[in-house]
Amino acid sequence: MSHSTEAAAVHSALQAPYRDLEHQRETATLGMFVFLLTELMMFGGLFCGYLVYRTLYFPSFLEASKHMDLTIGAVNTAVLICSSLTMVLGVQAAQQGRRKAIVMWLIITMLLGCTFLALKGVEYSHHWAVHEVPGINFDFSSAVPLVEVGKVQLFFALYFIMTGLHALHMLIGLGLVTWITISAYKGRYSSAYHNPVENVGLYWHFVDIVWIYLFPLLYLISRMHT
Amino acid sequence: MAEHIIPKKTYIATWATLMAMTLITTLVAFVDLGRFNTVVALAIATFKATLVVLFFMGAKYTPRLMRVAITSGLFFLALLLVFSMIDYLSRLWPA
Repeated sequence: MSHSTEAAAVHSALQAPYRDLEHQRETATLGMFVFLLTELMMFGGLFCGYLVYRTLYFPSFLEASKHMDLTIGAVNTAVLICSSLTMVLGVQAAQQGRRKAIVMWLIITMLLGCTFLALKGVEYSHHWAVHEVPGINFDFSSAVPLVEVGKVQLFFALYFIMTGLHALHMLIGLGLVTWITISAYKGRYSSAYHNPVENVGLYWHFVDIVWIYLFPLLYLISRMHT
Repeated sequence: MAEHIIPKKTYIATWATLMAMTLITTLVAFVDLGRFNTVVALAIATFKATLVVLFFMGAKYTPRLMRVAITSGLFFLALLLVFSMIDYLSRLWPA
């Protein structure tokens, strides 16, 4: 890029009231982190509720947790970690102004995101088939002492709310990645201006972190207790 | 100050560590450590989350203001979790 076109690109990307692109980018990043912290508090409330009920109703939660599909849970964790890697490589391509590389990495990220949701769908349909959906399709009996059906149902309610909210975030994330992929394809980003790519990347990693905690809490923690 | 571009090998190393930790946490879940299964699983999750925040989200390389914002968020999350658990756990104590 020649100096005059670079100056023009900077001119069109810079908005009031920022003094330069650096100032504008740092403000955008800080705003994104503040938004993600509100998301953290929302998921934090759910995690807090889960921890409290897990402590109070431990035998029932233990029994319910054994009905999770550990293989799908572990594979999905790996899928999301890989998608975070392809996302950072896309952001890095944006920082270096490599247009084709941005589009390629973002498409791979979307494919991994879809893989995650597809596997989640397999899990959900299995829960439906074996009557583990609280409220509308729930039938559970256990001979294990101290296990109460209502409390098992509570585990599944928390499971569906937490993984469902996470899946909703994945869907929103896929929409956002689609948007920045199209913008990148159209050449809207340069090494000087690519704030949307960076901030969608931050959102994607946040959603990954939520799953990093959901996986051990819902699938793993109660494996060994008998 | 120009934008800090994190080298590709840092990303690959972060990814490899995260994948290894996922495998380890899954395998450790099948070993009976009693109460420590929970501790180990949450410690590994926290280690993984820290790696994502520092390297993938680039918090290690951002201005101090960003790190202050992140730390304050974690502080309030800790308040929520710790005080709620102190409440419920102490209710189980015999009078």
